Amino acid sequence: MVKAKRLGLKERYSLMTRGLDWETTYQPMDQVFPYDKYEGIKILDWDKWEDPFRLTMESYWKYQSEKERKLYAILDAFQQNNGQLNISDARYMSAVKLWLQGITPLEYAAHRGFAHAGRAFRGAGARVACQMQSIDELRHAQTQLHAFSHYNKFFNGMHGFAHIRDRAWYLSIPKSFFEDAMSAGPFEFVTSISFAFEYVLTNLLFMPFVSGAAYNGDMATTTFGFSAQSDESRHMTLGLEVVKFMLEQHEDNVPIVQAWLDKWFWRGYRLLGLVGTMMDYMLPKKVMSWKEAWEIYWEGNGIALFHDLNRYGIRLPKYHEVATKEKTRVTHELWATLYQYGNALGLHTWVPEDEELDWMSEKYGELFDTMYRPRLLFMREQENAGKRYFNNRLPMVCQVCQIPVFFTEPDDPQKICVRIVEWADTKHHCCSDGCADIFNREPEKFVQSLIPPQQIYRGEAGGARDIFEYAEWLHLKKDVDTGEYRGSPDHKNWEAWRSEKPTPQTNSDEAA
Amino acid sequence: MTDKVFIALQNNSEAQAIIEAILEDNSSAIANESPGMVKIDCPGRLIVRRETVAEKMGREFDLQEIHINLISIGGNIDETDDEFVLSWNS
Repeated sequence: MVKAKRLGLKERYSLMTRGLDWETTYQPMDQVFPYDKYEGIKILDWDKWEDPFRLTMESYWKYQSEKERKLYAILDAFQQNNGQLNISDARYMSAVKLWLQGITPLEYAAHRGFAHAGRAFRGAGARVACQMQSIDELRHAQTQLHAFSHYNKFFNGMHGFAHIRDRAWYLSIPKSFFEDAMSAGPFEFVTSISFAFEYVLTNLLFMPFVSGAAYNGDMATTTFGFSAQSDESRHMTLGLEVVKFMLEQHEDNVPIVQAWLDKWFWRGYRLLGLVGTMMDYMLPKKVMSWKEAWEIYWEGNGIALFHDLNRYGIRLPKYHEVATKEKTRVTHELWATLYQYGNALGLHTWVPEDEELDWMSEKYGELFDTMYRPRLLFMREQENAGKRYFNNRLPMVCQVCQIPVFFTEPDDPQKICVRIVEWADTKHHCCSDGCADIFNREPEKFVQSLIPPQQIYRGEAGGARDIFEYAEWLHLKKDVDTGEYRGSPDHKNWEAWRSEKPTPQTNSDEAA
Repeated sequence: MTDKVFIALQNNSEAQAIIEAILEDNSSAIANESPGMVKIDCPGRLIVRRETVAEKMGREFDLQEIHINLISIGGNIDETDDEFVLSWNS
């Protein structure tokens, strides 16, 4: 209800967020806030910081609790009504598993990161915004775990997300992304997560993918997904605000911010390749291809944002044109990799059905028909002949993004792209010019990356001697949690549940 | 070419009034529906007026209630008690 006479939003916000902090006297401010200067960002007046949403703590709690009430009412209904049976197909669960294993821990990492960044800024406005975001991110991790816990009763591979998060090779991709951000200074952290990741790129995850979840009957993911994204719009606004604030405060900040935007655009783009495979391959009912999503959310909305920043002297991020060139192949290259390393994944992979291949032909055209369809058909043929292919050797992975080095040259989809970088007489491998540049800018940081295949060969993965022992160390059961979808227990259960039994049996051999 | 701003809302009955109000107040706005959500694109500038939303809902509306059904936005925000504006300056 809008009350009759009260202060306007701008005045209210100003009264509730300004003048609450103070200049410290027992200790110099630089010692109380030791981390907000070393990155070289110059701030002349913290009071120029504006939260465009002007959300006070009072309204924040009010609207967040309303969101939570709505969300949990839906989750209750979902669980009581066997919502797991309404998904389009059990193959869809691979997307949910990847979300739980790869994305949910990032929400928790963001919660920690923003708590740290909030403590580090000496401006009260920035601190309040970081505090809200830190609480939001914890909420996202919790609501996702609550929503997914129901699926864990019926499907395999979801039982040990926290255990594999620190051990699985493919989860080092999202994990290393966030740890790179969290080990940077507070301004770089906020630029990387709030701006480059949330403003520029997460629309690709939370809009077309979550809409795809809705289309595939996953009420749980749709509900927490959109509920989380409503917080994201506040985070994105914080991201844009922090970038504009830095650029407006001092011209010396411009090259520093530009370098961060170059770095984090590329890192975020590489990470989102996984989301692309979720959209193109793991959604049995397709909503939008990765290519279309890239065109709408990057080439349309993302570039508009950079046009807006142009007045500060900011240009489009480096290698954005490479990302655009790759839009027709990145998901197909990545899926082929997940398919062949399926023995060490906590989710299933498969060759898509004919109608899905036709959809891909329609969306991706000639390149798909000449390069990727024949490969997928060959994989299917091998499988039908009892020779389902698994690559049981460990891949060489990129020193920066930690994705196996399999992407192709920007102008030649038939040639693997490898960049060798050197530092302190040691050679390292990168998947692209984008990742090589990131390495060369901070070699001291990236030589320290823990690279999973190297760790495994050193015996650091519980002494595993091959990929099967490695999967056991991840607590993944062969051909139950891992491997091919066709013929898996998930597949068989699904067929049984859908054919006759009105109430499914809980997967009793699965540890909770 | 003018860059487009956008606002995306959940496709539920409460948000329907907000969507109708936006389309009425922004003649160049185009609503794109996909499962579960509606994304409204508009060249340059988009306004959400409290009064119009309240009229469509048949009750008082606090603009900050928009957070409950909001999915995402693109554009610089300027918000007062009566208007929520998205724009690009370029």
